[in-house]
Formats: sequence, structure tokens, C-alpha cells
Amino acid sequence: MSSATDTPTDAIAGDGIVRAADGTPLKRSLARALRREKLRSFLLIAPLLAFVVISFLLPIADMLFRSVENNIVRDTIPETVQTLASWDADSGELPDERVFAALYRDLQIAVEKRIHTRLGSRLNYEKSGMSGLFRKTGREVRRLEAEGPFRERFIEIDEDWADIEVWAVIKRYSPPYTPGYFLNAVDAELTAEGVEMKPENERIYLTLFWRTLVMSLMITLSCLLLGYPIGYLLSHLPARSANLLMILVLLPFWTSLLVRTSAWKVLLQQQGVINDFLVWINLIDDAGRLVMINNQTGTIIAMTHILLPFMILPLYSVMQTISPSYVRAAKSLGASDWTAFWRVYFPQTVPGIGAGAILVFILAIGYYITPELVGGTSGIFISNRIAYHISTSLNWGLAAALGTILLLLVMALFYVYDRIVGIDNVKLG
Amino acid sequence: MEVFAGDGVQKAEWKAISRGAAVKFDGVQKSYDGETLVVKDLNLDIARGEFLTMLGPSGSGKTTCLMMLAGFEPATHGEIYLNEQGINNVPPHKRGIGMVFQNYALFPHMSVAENLAFPLQVRGVGKAEQEDRIRRALDMVELGAFGGRRPAQLSGGQQQRVAVARALVFDPELVLMDEPLGALDKQLREQMQYEIKHIHENLGVTIVYVTHDQTEALTMSDRVAVFNDGVIQQLSSPDVLYESPQNSFVAQFIGENNKLSGEVVAMDGANCEVRLDDGTLLVADPVNVKGAGSRTTVSLRPERIELAPSDEPENVLDGKIEELIYLGDHIRVRMNVAGNDEFIVKVRNRRDKRPISEGDMVKVGWSASDCKALDAVA
Repeated sequence: MSSATDTPTDAIAGDGIVRAADGTPLKRSLARALRREKLRSFLLIAPLLAFVVISFLLPIADMLFRSVENNIVRDTIPETVQTLASWDADSGELPDERVFAALYRDLQIAVEKRIHTRLGSRLNYEKSGMSGLFRKTGREVRRLEAEGPFRERFIEIDEDWADIEVWAVIKRYSPPYTPGYFLNAVDAELTAEGVEMKPENERIYLTLFWRTLVMSLMITLSCLLLGYPIGYLLSHLPARSANLLMILVLLPFWTSLLVRTSAWKVLLQQQGVINDFLVWINLIDDAGRLVMINNQTGTIIAMTHILLPFMILPLYSVMQTISPSYVRAAKSLGASDWTAFWRVYFPQTVPGIGAGAILVFILAIGYYITPELVGGTSGIFISNRIAYHISTSLNWGLAAALGTILLLLVMALFYVYDRIVGIDNVKLG
Repeated sequence: MEVFAGDGVQKAEWKAISRGAAVKFDGVQKSYDGETLVVKDLNLDIARGEFLTMLGPSGSGKTTCLMMLAGFEPATHGEIYLNEQGINNVPPHKRGIGMVFQNYALFPHMSVAENLAFPLQVRGVGKAEQEDRIRRALDMVELGAFGGRRPAQLSGGQQQRVAVARALVFDPELVLMDEPLGALDKQLREQMQYEIKHIHENLGVTIVYVTHDQTEALTMSDRVAVFNDGVIQQLSSPDVLYESPQNSFVAQFIGENNKLSGEVVAMDGANCEVRLDDGTLLVADPVNVKGAGSRTTVSLRPERIELAPSDEPENVLDGKIEELIYLGDHIRVRMNVAGNDEFIVKVRNRRDKRPISEGDMVKVGWSASDCKALDAVA
């Protein structure tokens, strides 16, 4: 910086460029002076940057890519895909002999490599029965003679090969990229007529997304309602008591998440502490024990408890900076306690509310363990479904598509929030 | 406790006192912890239209008094009256007192005009009148064009003016100011002192002003209450306060002061004779001494001392010049007089000044009425 201030004012040449004492443009010599500093800072963050890129960004990018990637059909039965290109699914006729011959040759290789069942599983996501069809055909096709007519031979093995829809599905999912996973993730499917919604009884994901959003909002709201008074109290207490209270607020952080969630199970279940107490004081009778766990109530209660500190901390840090003289000034100007709070104190805490709400909402929307343990079937989140597809059904493409939608959803909400509240109004401390 | 009220009732413009006290503290005490009293038995009448300053070092109880008057702190004992009405149980927002805070307390999320509209809105003033009053208030502080700005976009001095305008916009009879100029630089502070003074003169509101800056107190106030240790040490007009301090604390707190400790040896009504600790005898004005034999601190303003006096004042002593400090309009001369080597004499920088230099032996002289025999400082 010093080079800029040392430059005499008459260093501006005829071309209007400010120059340093040696005649180089000032901007360039400033950049040179700062280069060392920049390099130093870069080297300082380089290890973290590398770690984040390798362990975070790359896996995410790979996962996102899986939501559209569909090379398996093309890689497993390349010749079939090629010959099938000229077949028109709307013609109402089965593909001709050339296609069946190609399939025969492709399957010979695929069965040899034992990869035909994987293709079956993949296509099964789009049409049930495909997995069995490929497994059965794989067993039989080795014994098949290399002589045609292959069409009749295949139909002999399994009459599903005479189903035009089977071929239509293969053709539809033969390109290397597919919108199929994403359509699945929003309860739609790709049919001969184009994109259509699935039948009513097969739709699950839209409801699940909607439920995840609504419940996350409810959790955020209940965190705010419970956390605001605590933050207010914390910021108005003398330092000693505030510190003690702060330890109580942070206490949940020092206990295992699993333990806390299990504790809620003990408390909330029908034979649990709360129900026992309510029966004991005769507020409810033994038959009418409240169902507070393995449903949405349980998820909301347990998650509000777990995420509450994330609301209190930003609120507290913002409230701490608000001088008590504002409220005093408001009162001296004639405002009642409520008006002083609502018109003068509250607006100044909005950045804290924003920060807390974003933090809690984003944590809630992707939460997994707690809904899994206390959510039952009606209280689970989209993340539980993603986990199911990752570890149980092994439909990674669908899991990736669901994850991508969740990510986009959060980003869209973030954008809306920025437009309404303004992201620079958010204060974490 | 001793409150030397009444000394200041000499200023012509402060005639309002005859109309009865606007504010009255009656035996008010305040304790925060139940062990020590922050304010000890405060009795104070503030007249309508008066500019009264509470002056004192930090922790002297002056801000606590202001907060009790505003209603933010309850009095532990005693009663505060506003226009003859006891207000101990009146909440702050019903007292109708304007207040200017130390850090201005302008609402950061509102524009200047919204800040000024706030007290009017909570009082249900109509839209048109609101705008009219806001415009007048802003014009008064010469910020007419700044209504749309946020407080953060204003300079310290401008924020200060907005705070004053906001405290006045709803026409309160009483305005409290809690060290309002503390955060400003010296030049701006002086300018604002005059502006506040003029606003006070033009509007005729009662102002209670808290500060620890004695210059501020002297330039602005009708009367000054000097606080120390929860007690008003003296309550007088600025000139009386400076020229006739009633005790050593006031003498020392207001302006510069030479103190010489000794013992009263004789009193004869108008004057008293004091023997200093080194044996020198002085003639002094017995302001706050009990009689012959009591310890005393003699207080003497540096500008009332003459070097090599031409006439014959009551007191003439020998002194040695230790140090000369050139200050432009005057020269501070640090001398050793009567065994005190912190003895300061201010010499005006006149054309015909006699040359003096460090190490010179000079006679110093002052009249008996200029040196006050006050209570002894421990």
C-alpha cells in the first residue's frame, strides 16, 4: 500500500494512467507488491482448500452426476442399443430379427462378465419385472444355439420379450444421460406419451418433500418461540448468571445425539414417563395414552430440542450488542413496554432471528438420525428416504436425484430469503 | 448534608424560580446492593425553565439521579415530584420527559424522520401535524435536508443534533441530557454547547444536564450541582461556584487551584489568620472553617496571584520559579512557595511582561479575599 501513497501526484502521465516512480503503471506495481502477501495467504488456506475439494466438493459433484448418468444400458448391450435406434416403439410391432440377434451376442458377453443382472436391476427401477427377465434370460441364453431365429428363441425363454413395452423401456433408457431419476424423484415417469405423473397410489416423494419442508419450518418456528425469550434473558442477566445459563444451553452439545434422542423415546412413548404422569394425575385414562412418538409430534419435539442451541446462540450474540439505552430512549419518548419492545428492540434482533432460522432450517431439512429413530413412518424426512436408497435399495441414481433436488430447494429458499430479508442482515455473532 | 442552595439566585434571566419548582427531589436515597448508598439524602429543587447541570466525577451519583428522574431506576427512599406531582410510581413513558442519551440511542433501523416521528406516533399525533413538527424540529437543529437518512449515515455531531431534536419534538417541559457531548471532539463539543444553550433560551424548557466536564457545566448552566460521593457538595451559579467554592472538593474539581494546608490561628469576622505547615502566616477568607485551632486547606486560583506585586496585597510571600510552561495566551509558572513546589501562577502574556526565567527568586502576592480557608483535605 505504501507505494500508492508515496507516489507523487504528478505521476499521472498524458494517457491518464497513474504511474509509480519507476514508470510502471501504479496498478501493476501495487499488484506486484501484494502478490507475495496473496501467495502467503493462499498457502495458508491451501491444505484446507485441498481437503474440502477432495473430501467434499468432488464426492458431491460425483453424486450429482450420478443423478443423470445412465451409461449402463449402452455399456452392457451396445449392439442392441445401436440396432434398436431404427425401431419405432409407436409402430406397435416388435423389433425385427436383427435386434434380437444383437441382444443374443450382447448377452453372451454380458453373462460371461456377469453384468447382465446389474442392467436388470437398473431397468427394474423403470419397469418392474425387468430384473427377473434379465436373470432368467441370462441363465438360458448360454445354452441357446448361435442359430436363429432369435426372436422366437427369446420369446420361448420368456414371453415378456414379446412385450413391446419391455423394448420401449430399453430404448427409452439407452441414451447415456437420463432424466429418469429426477422424474422418479418427483413422482413422474417417462412413458411413450412423454412425461407423466405416476398413479396416485405410487406417489411418495412429493409428499415427502412437502412434509420435510413443513416440518422443518415448524421446528424452526418452535425453536424461535422457545429460543427468543432465552436469548433475551441471557443478554439481560449479569455476566455470572448468564454464563451459568449459557452452560445449560450448551449442555446438549456435550451429550451424544443418540443418547438425547433415545431419552426422548423414554419420555414420550406410550408407556413412557410423560404418559405415566398424565395417567397418574388422572388427566387421561389408561386407554387414552397419547401417541407422541414414532410420528410427526415425536420428530418435532426431539428435533426442536436438539436444534434449539443453534437458534439461541445467534440470537444471544445479536441481542448482546443491542444497548439497553434504545429501549430506555423509546420509553422516555412515550412508548409503552410493549411498543418499545416491538418497534425498537425486536427490529434490531431480526438479523439474529434470520441467522438462527437459516441455521436451524437448513440443519433440520437434511436431518437424518432423529427422524429415523423417533419419526416412525409418518415422521420421516426426505433424508431418510435418500439413506434408504443409498444403503438398502442401492438405487444411487435416485438417491442422487433426491439429494440434488433437496440442495436446489435449499438454495432457492436461500435466494427467496435473501430477497425478502437480505443475507447481509444475517448476523452470526 | 450541606446544600448551599440560594447562592446562585442572582442571575437576571433565572427569574422563573418564583413560579415554583418543576422538579423536586425530597430526601431521595438510592442503593443498588442494599449495602452502600449511591445517592445519600438528596434534596433539590429545579425551577421551571432552568438549565441545571449535575457535575461530578464518575461514580458520584449524578447519573443515578438522572435515571431516577427519568424513571429507569426506582428511588430506594424519598419522593421525586414533577410539577408538584409525586412520580415515584409513574412509569417512564408516562412522565413526558425528553431525554438525550450519552450514545444518542437513535434507533438504527429507522430514518431520521422516523426517529423523530416515533414519540409523535405513540402519542397519536395526526399525520399532517407530525410532518409539520418533524420539519420544525429538524430546522431547529439545522438538519432540514437529512430526514431521509439513517443515523449511521450521519456524523457524530449530526447524530447528536437529531437526538436533541427527537427529545424536543413532542414539546416536553423537561429534558434530561446524560453526557450528550461526551463522544464528540473538542471543537464540535464547544459548538454544540452553544447550540444547546440557544435552544434552551429559545424554547424555555427545563433542562437537567449531566456531565463530568466542568467547562461544559460552567458555560451552559444557570446553576450547577456539584456531586461527590452521593452528596451535592455545592449548588450555585457557575460564577459563584468558581469564585466562592464552599469546600475543598469543589475548589479542586472546578478549575485550577493551589492548595496550601495549615491551621487557623485567629478569626476576626471578615478574615482569619492561617499558619501554614512551614510556619508562614496568611490572611484568608474563612469560608468553611470552625474557628481558631482547626486544620484548614487554603485554596487559591492561579490567575489571582501576582508576580512581584506593585500594590500591597495582604499576602506577600517569597517564591522560587521551578518551571515555565508557554501556553500562548498565558504562561504557567510552577513555583516553590511556602514549601509547596506545585504552586502554579498564571501570568498573562502581555507586551510589557517582565522577563522571568527558571531559578529566579520572585515575590508573589494575593489579596485575602482571593484565598479561601476551606475544610482540611485528608
